[in-house]
Amino acid sequence: MKTALLAGAAAAVISLAMSGAALAADITGAGSTFIYPVFAKWADAYKTTTGIGLNYQAIGSGGGIKQVEAKTVTFGATDKPLSDDELQKNGLVQFPMIMGGIVPIFNIDGVKPGALVLDAPSLAGIFQGKITRWDDAAIKALNPSVTLPSAPIVVVHRADGSGTTFNFTDYLGKGSKDWADNIGSDTAVEWPVGVGAKGSDGVANTVKQTAGSIGYVEYAYAAQNQLAYADLKNAAGKTIEPSLDTFAAAASNADWKDARNFNLVITNQPGDTSWPIAASTWVLIHTQPTDAAATAEALKFFDWAYKNGKDQAKALDYVSIPDAVVTQIEASWSGITAGGKPIFGAD
Amino acid sequence: MAVTTGETFDSSDGASGNQARRVVVQDRIFYYLTLASAVFVVVMLIGVMVSLVVGAWPALEKFGPSFIWTQRWSPVKEIFGALSPIYGTIITSVIAMIIGIPVSFGIAIFLTEICPDAIRRPIGVAIELLAGIPSIIYGLWGFFYLAPFMAAHIQGVWKFSLFGWNFALSLGGIPLIGGLFANSASGLNLFTAAVILAIMVLPFITSITRDVFQTVPTLLRESAYGMGMTTWEVVRHIVIPYCRVGLVGGIMLGLGRALGETMAVTFVIGNSHAISASLFAPATTISATIANEFSEATTGVYTSSLILLGLVLSIITFAVLGLAKWLLVRGDIK
Amino acid sequence: MAVDTRRKTTNTIALGLSIVATVVGLFFLAAILVTLVVQGFSALSPRLLTENTPPPNVDGGGLLNAIFGSVAMTLIAIVVATPVGILAGTYLTEYARGSKVAEVAKFINDVLLSAPSIIIGLFVYTILVMPFGHFSAWSGAAALGLIALPVINRTTQDMLGLVPNALREAAAALGTPRWKTMTHVIYRAARAGILTGVLLAVARITGETAPLLFTALNNQFFSADLGGPMANLPYVIYQFATSADPNWQRIAWGAALLITLTILAINIIARALAGGKQQS
Repeated sequence: MKTALLAGAAAAVISLAMSGAALAADITGAGSTFIYPVFAKWADAYKTTTGIGLNYQAIGSGGGIKQVEAKTVTFGATDKPLSDDELQKNGLVQFPMIMGGIVPIFNIDGVKPGALVLDAPSLAGIFQGKITRWDDAAIKALNPSVTLPSAPIVVVHRADGSGTTFNFTDYLGKGSKDWADNIGSDTAVEWPVGVGAKGSDGVANTVKQTAGSIGYVEYAYAAQNQLAYADLKNAAGKTIEPSLDTFAAAASNADWKDARNFNLVITNQPGDTSWPIAASTWVLIHTQPTDAAATAEALKFFDWAYKNGKDQAKALDYVSIPDAVVTQIEASWSGITAGGKPIFGAD
Repeated sequence: MAVTTGETFDSSDGASGNQARRVVVQDRIFYYLTLASAVFVVVMLIGVMVSLVVGAWPALEKFGPSFIWTQRWSPVKEIFGALSPIYGTIITSVIAMIIGIPVSFGIAIFLTEICPDAIRRPIGVAIELLAGIPSIIYGLWGFFYLAPFMAAHIQGVWKFSLFGWNFALSLGGIPLIGGLFANSASGLNLFTAAVILAIMVLPFITSITRDVFQTVPTLLRESAYGMGMTTWEVVRHIVIPYCRVGLVGGIMLGLGRALGETMAVTFVIGNSHAISASLFAPATTISATIANEFSEATTGVYTSSLILLGLVLSIITFAVLGLAKWLLVRGDIK
Repeated sequence: MAVDTRRKTTNTIALGLSIVATVVGLFFLAAILVTLVVQGFSALSPRLLTENTPPPNVDGGGLLNAIFGSVAMTLIAIVVATPVGILAGTYLTEYARGSKVAEVAKFINDVLLSAPSIIIGLFVYTILVMPFGHFSAWSGAAALGLIALPVINRTTQDMLGLVPNALREAAAALGTPRWKTMTHVIYRAARAGILTGVLLAVARITGETAPLLFTALNNQFFSADLGGPMANLPYVIYQFATSADPNWQRIAWGAALLITLTILAINIIARALAGGKQQS
């Protein structure tokens, strides 16, 4: 009886293993939580159209970089562009997939979304732990007509390696010399104060749960979860509300043509209506991938997303990459080869 | 009892010589299979330690023993120090023990000495079911219920008026030790994590304590009662001293479990590498740091430092568990 | 003889405190279970078992791919760990009983038993994920198996130790080969206890999250491909509960309730088996 059971179990396992090979393979990717909301929407539509799934794990830009370098996924997604050296050392290419905005979110009783105005110096002070209460003079100066409670500020930042952190701290560094000198900008920094949450999702959730807290997430997370966001003063000194228009205004300044390896950080852009914390997400792919078939599928998906995914991106307040840049990007894909031949467009 | 007889040897019959040889071979195969399996377990543990050491080597080379007492954790500058995770791991576990041990002893005393027979089994079973709940559930519960409760009711300021006087009390206001409880608006901190850990180790320590209490010879107990000692005196002066060694073993087993706990702690510890004097400040533990940061450590030194953290945790846990095991064997509890 | 009032009071206080302790302990059990049931109940529906995990911020969706993944990986882990664990326990009690080597091996087994599961995950990542270049259900199952192995080894040792020597001696007297004595006599006698051990191992690995973080990862879609990342219940709980999407949170609680009910059921069955055995 025991032998029969064991044999049955073994048979089940073997048939599992064999059936797995017969199903269509999904495209695997990992990385940025910034792009995750729009990837999820695209993946859903792509699966309905072509039957091929996109298995994307939003583990943070740092995770995406590591996993693609370790070749455990087909592509990585990062909001922090890699330098020329890093790209060359790991045999990777990068190209921008989407642009969007990062917003500060907060949880103060009675203060509605958009009712709070902040700027880079005050945000830097808060995240450095120098401004500790909501009714601090610096915040009051920006918000003369808002009743701010005398409650302590709970800072919420990312616990994992995040491109969102990179862009946010880049913006803080541009507005505050103190921040730039002492803390700097990267996917993970030495946060002097605050609670760490995992992923933009985690930050959104923690801010939602904690009274008097402040955090930073990609705009879609704030919009979808009805979180209160703050308006910011941009480089031109104007108070800007986060929206598709202000993100697009910032993105329109992006000069992709002249960016070597598409390396371009778009925070603090000039322009009266530009949202100050705009960011892009890059996809990382190996120039000579071990699994050419998987890479081919991935490139087909990205091509589809550039051409057919614009409406869905817009609905989530992301800014699509302009068509002229898409042409430039797809031309660069000829550098992704297998056996000497470019993978994209081969079939 | 049904015994299937195998082939019987009859050495007087030449043909059964083959049978005998076949059986010897079968026996030997079986023996080697079992030996290989037993060796496999040992090899696995050695494998774990070796892979940890190999993985941690770059970080060991770069930082040396100063890794243990460096507080700075900077992925950007590639300077890593384990002080903050080690501090968090030890403090949460110690506080969890401080809270958990008295409660576990209390439950064990209740179950062995004064519990009416009818409800003894159900309560015992209930406590053991608590042991089966996966740690991620504790983490969930802690994040959604305990942390907000702590933030709203324990960590804040209690304002009330009595006889026309207004009081504003807070734990942070207690003289001398108030600094340990500095006000904080977030329930995601060391203390909340310690409370969750305490709830988690409760069933382990309780069931071991109960087993240990039951090894006290009835004769000893009965003699003590016969001399007129109260129940509490019997427990305090007879039972506990008799089981001392086993009790400590049980405690260390619980401690070992608390030190290595990941999921329950990650949800509520606050994930901050800063060390603060206050128990109400966010912190991190070794396992929470690894869980949060491993999948994205991009540089060799970063990954290696995380593995080195894992190595430190293994050494601490294995030492504690080894000690616990040794004590339990000495206390006659296997 | 009248007992000293002071001693009597101390006694009452001490015992009163022990009752308080029991109430406190039971209170937390109740609190956690009540929360779990209340929150998870709203997620319980046939859809939970028929649909896959949804993308964020949509309605509906279920846990089909995660349930499949968890079941598949647990099954593989147990199928591999059970024979190895039983055989290892057999060696330690039957062939090497009492020897120094056996003591050391048992000790090492118990250390592995209580090792932090995240360390196991790290180990399997180093040997199965990195060299092969991708996350896989195989490595997830390997990590789970490594956690189940010492549990089964330990309970086998305990159960085999309970089998009376008379059985072994009688079998030897009848001329039974040693290996047949083991498989047909001893195992049969300890059957219920060993099965209990296997069930306890299953219950243990059902809720484990940390070892799967770096091995099987997760998968939004249904996948039967064991060579690739596979969805599993604990990871889904981890990801969905920490998000701000109410639908995802609801599904996370549903998964939590499913896991807890499964583990409770397994524990109850294991106890019934062990209890039944004692009567024979």
